[in-house]
Amino acid sequence: MTDDALSGETPAVNARNLRVVRGKTVVLPDFSVQIARGTVTGLLGPSGCGKTTLMRSIVGTQVVTSGTVVVLGHPAGSPQLRRRVGYVTQEPTIYKDLRVIDNVRYFAALYGVPADAADAAIDGVGLADQATAYCGNLSGGQRTRASLACALVCRPDLLVLDEPTVGLDPVLRVELWRQFHELARRGTTLLVSSHVMDEADQCQELILMRDGRLLAHTTPERLRRETRCTSLEDAFLSIIRHTTASRPD
Amino acid sequence: MILVVPSAVITLMYFMFSEVPARPGAPAPFNTTCLILLGLFPLFIMFLITSITMQRERGSGTLERILTTPLRRFDLLAAYGTAFSIAAAAQAALACGVAFLLLGFSTQGSPAWVFVIAIINAVLGVGLGLLASAFARTEFQAVQFMPVVIVPQLLLAGIIVPRSAMPTWMEWLSNAMPASYALEALQEVNSHEHLTRIAVRDIGVVIAFAVAALALAAATLRRRTP
Repeated sequence: MTDDALSGETPAVNARNLRVVRGKTVVLPDFSVQIARGTVTGLLGPSGCGKTTLMRSIVGTQVVTSGTVVVLGHPAGSPQLRRRVGYVTQEPTIYKDLRVIDNVRYFAALYGVPADAADAAIDGVGLADQATAYCGNLSGGQRTRASLACALVCRPDLLVLDEPTVGLDPVLRVELWRQFHELARRGTTLLVSSHVMDEADQCQELILMRDGRLLAHTTPERLRRETRCTSLEDAFLSIIRHTTASRPD
Repeated sequence: MILVVPSAVITLMYFMFSEVPARPGAPAPFNTTCLILLGLFPLFIMFLITSITMQRERGSGTLERILTTPLRRFDLLAAYGTAFSIAAAAQAALACGVAFLLLGFSTQGSPAWVFVIAIINAVLGVGLGLLASAFARTEFQAVQFMPVVIVPQLLLAGIIVPRSAMPTWMEWLSNAMPASYALEALQEVNSHEHLTRIAVRDIGVVIAFAVAALALAAATLRRRTP
């Protein structure tokens, strides 16, 4: 593909004037963003600001009213992207009455990937000793990791993770971020959403959202510098105050 | 459970009827009931299992996740249809075996046709179940489709009152239901040695209904949802 030959010129995700209406609510009125390849991008914002809707639009499971989303050079949701984009939902979408290894092998079969990739994926998330446990018996963090293994089994180029660290203890959170950075080092583009501002430090790029609008697309250092805040949570609140003050009413 | 329950119920019915004196000239009541059970058990058991399983996939989000993989919708339906039909075949084989060999059930026609009709009814149940799952938000709602979709159909098909004895408007209604044709096919096999034209037609109609249900179910599997 000539796009790949330009080595990182084409963004991993290019959303233009994305408009999504769910029922009566306009979740994303007019959203445009570009995410570069090979980066770890954090998608941050309060609950209900449209993070999940944006992620679903990128993955191709969201009905879009207007606008375009181009992922890795193809329209979002195209058949060519199905093996290249991995999606880990907020709630672990795995089969609770199957074992971990069965779940991952099932998804390996769906992706058309050999069964030993399942073992590698399970090792990669650190669940090797729980591989034969039933998913219904796992803890929340283990279930999240099992869901992650199901997405990693096809070695996607773009990994979209919806609040993967919610409710996890700090030890586990650090471990997960270590794995995310490892994936990024090997060339995967990651888009990770969270509503915990402190996680922003783990990302190379930050997309801040509120009420379906893009507040800022920046880096942790630039955000701190511009808002003159040390804590990223204060920085985010400062931006919100700034935009609400300058918005004409 | 899915394997043994129908056979257990038929055996229970056998013992239930064993003390009932048969009216002279009328077929043994066990025979009529057994025929209905053999042929229609697969329909409602498969409907129940399929609608609940599919609703669970929709509700837990695993269906949405599966549709982000290269799997095609047709493959998903074919997989579900095949898996459940194999289960239905095993169940029907056991039930037919128990009925024909152990309990003295007999038909004029070949037992093989009873088996075939039972399998086709199972596929119909799978198709209707897949379709019904699209309209249920929870397993609780899915289960309630049974009395809505299956029970009136079975009553209208003539399991208690023959279709010809029903008021005309009910007869018209029952002509639109697949279960009526399924039951009629079974009755034809029961009373004729060779496969009659009516039986062949009825089998064809049930197959057509099953295919239509599966096609409509395919339309309810959407990759993009609001």
